[in-house]
Amino acid sequence: MNDFKVLSRRTFLGSSAALAGVSAMGGVLGAGSALAQTPLTVGFIYVGPKDDFGYNQAHAEGAAAVKAMPGVTVLEEENVPESIDVQNTMESMINFDGATLIFPTSFGYFNPHILELAPKFPNVRFQHAGGLWTPENPANIGSYFGYIGMGQYLNGVAAGHASVTKKIGFVAAKPIPQVVNNINSFLLGARSVDPTITCQVIFTGEWSLAVKEAEATNALCDQGCDVITCHVDGPKVVCETAAGRGAFVCGYHADQTALAGDKYLTGAEWNWAGVYTGMIETVQSGGTIDNFVRGGLAENFIKMSPLGPAVSDAGRAQFEATKAEIMAGGFAAYKGPLKDNTGVEVVPAGAALVETDVAIESIGYLVEGVLGSTS
Amino acid sequence: MDPVDIGLWGVPLAILAGAIRVSTPFLFVSLGECVTERSGRINLGLEGTLIFGAMSGYAVAFETGSPFIGVAAAALSGVIFGLVHGWICKFKGVNDIAIGIALMLLGTGLAYFFGKPYIQPVAPKLPSISLGGWSDLPQVQAALQVNVLFLLGAVLAVFLWWMFRSTRVGLVIRVVGDSTDAARAMGIDADRVRLLSTAAGGALAGIAGAYLSLYYPGSWNEGVSSGQGLMAVALVIFARWNPINCFWAALLFGGAGALGPALQSVGVTEGYYLFFAAPYVLTLGLLIATSSPERAMQGAPAELSITK
Repeated sequence: MNDFKVLSRRTFLGSSAALAGVSAMGGVLGAGSALAQTPLTVGFIYVGPKDDFGYNQAHAEGAAAVKAMPGVTVLEEENVPESIDVQNTMESMINFDGATLIFPTSFGYFNPHILELAPKFPNVRFQHAGGLWTPENPANIGSYFGYIGMGQYLNGVAAGHASVTKKIGFVAAKPIPQVVNNINSFLLGARSVDPTITCQVIFTGEWSLAVKEAEATNALCDQGCDVITCHVDGPKVVCETAAGRGAFVCGYHADQTALAGDKYLTGAEWNWAGVYTGMIETVQSGGTIDNFVRGGLAENFIKMSPLGPAVSDAGRAQFEATKAEIMAGGFAAYKGPLKDNTGVEVVPAGAALVETDVAIESIGYLVEGVLGSTS
Repeated sequence: MDPVDIGLWGVPLAILAGAIRVSTPFLFVSLGECVTERSGRINLGLEGTLIFGAMSGYAVAFETGSPFIGVAAAALSGVIFGLVHGWICKFKGVNDIAIGIALMLLGTGLAYFFGKPYIQPVAPKLPSISLGGWSDLPQVQAALQVNVLFLLGAVLAVFLWWMFRSTRVGLVIRVVGDSTDAARAMGIDADRVRLLSTAAGGALAGIAGAYLSLYYPGSWNEGVSSGQGLMAVALVIFARWNPINCFWAALLFGGAGALGPALQSVGVTEGYYLFFAAPYVLTLGLLIATSSPERAMQGAPAELSITK
């Protein structure tokens, strides 16, 4: 039954992909045979549609850069749930299409799905975005991610200068560590401008729920939040709704300037193209990708959207200065003494969590000044 | 205009605003399903029709620059889905529920397939009427931005109620829904009535989809519907096949859906997953409260395959 389902969906997607990208694929295959390299088949798996103005689009832009490389065949499948479906997708990419490198790009694919499949296919490399690979895990699993929290910190700096009401808002999907870190970073960035600012967070409970995201944005605006950002898969609804209500918008995942116009301050964007092409080059030249890859602004894993017209000169100056500090390395958003929003001290005086600290990747608390709760 | 701190008043306001903003798709789908079910058929495919309507409405609005042409296109696509359902179901031995599920999957698949190029573009939105001009609070003004489709849906609910009660058309639909044999004896072509009723129901579901993509939340992507089409079918049973009750039920669902985000925004943050389940808990509660072990479901058309 499962096999039948996988086959029919793959056939359907295969034919639609062929229709869409017949010319591009032809070009790649032609160039590949000319160079006579060992052909490499790479699979990309997305949890949502790959043109969602958000998380999946950012990865798909990276995949598009890989597609343009010689000697590579790229397979893509979108809207794959974080369930047994992703195992079926990965297995069919391996068994039917001969993929030897797979990028399952959603957080929830890691445990248990990749962990279950990796020992069965020791010759296939599973590169997972965001998972916490530890040396106990199979060696053919890799984990990569970017320090996007730094981007949200810079969003916060821009927001801190733009906010009049001193209340900023965050529409969040699920309280996983990456999201929690983004919320904290957004507020800490804003508090580096004005320590009285508070950030109201609303969790929608799912990665993509258009109506609930719109309701959450409206509720934040009703409570007087005048700068809104989000961490959901497709920020389109949040951006358009917030700008429509007259609030400023800080983007996430990809550039949303086109959606919010003058209300767009800046945005934290992924920059996967360089990362992915680098990894493919490593494999093509016979090397192995490190199991644990991380990078930030300086390593070109993330980038910031161009500053919008509403950012003041003072805001612009502090934004650029902070950005330069982050680029220099060793920047800490979490500086002690710091309490969480229930009053418990989480970072003692004199201590700090720098950008690269692994503790941030399992963070579970919201810092003081964030109004909301993770459960 | 500076925002004013409204504190806890945000919750009732959000429920009111949510009832107006979120209820419209529920209202149109449930009215459509009400017409179809009163004629003795169940069309479970309205979720697919809704999603296809959202896609076609958005695409046509983007291509023509007019959201109203988009709504018309969505209604037309709904009619086509309805006609297909009605036509297939007239054959002997065909189960309307199974066909509905098949059409739901077909509509969703087709919408995803043809909708790909329209996820990125921004289509013109349906206009709304400001009924909040009397208030100085920007929050109240935002809450009372009422879309024309909502008002149209309210009028339609009253119209359908009147139609079923006092017109020949309404009587014909009810007769067909209650007894095919009686309808035949009266010289009514039952299949034709059901075909047209299903087409009308499809048109309304298509319009509901266009509301989602062209007004609120106001963009087309594959996750634009969170099951409104399916929930609305259940809502019809809950409303006992009465169009006026459909209106209240839709408002209730819209308002209950706004509860979760609104409570979080005023600081009630523990257990938000529970608040998100509010609409479903409410339905269960009301169904249990209004059920009776003594009598059959009131108002249920006798020819309906689930009540037969």
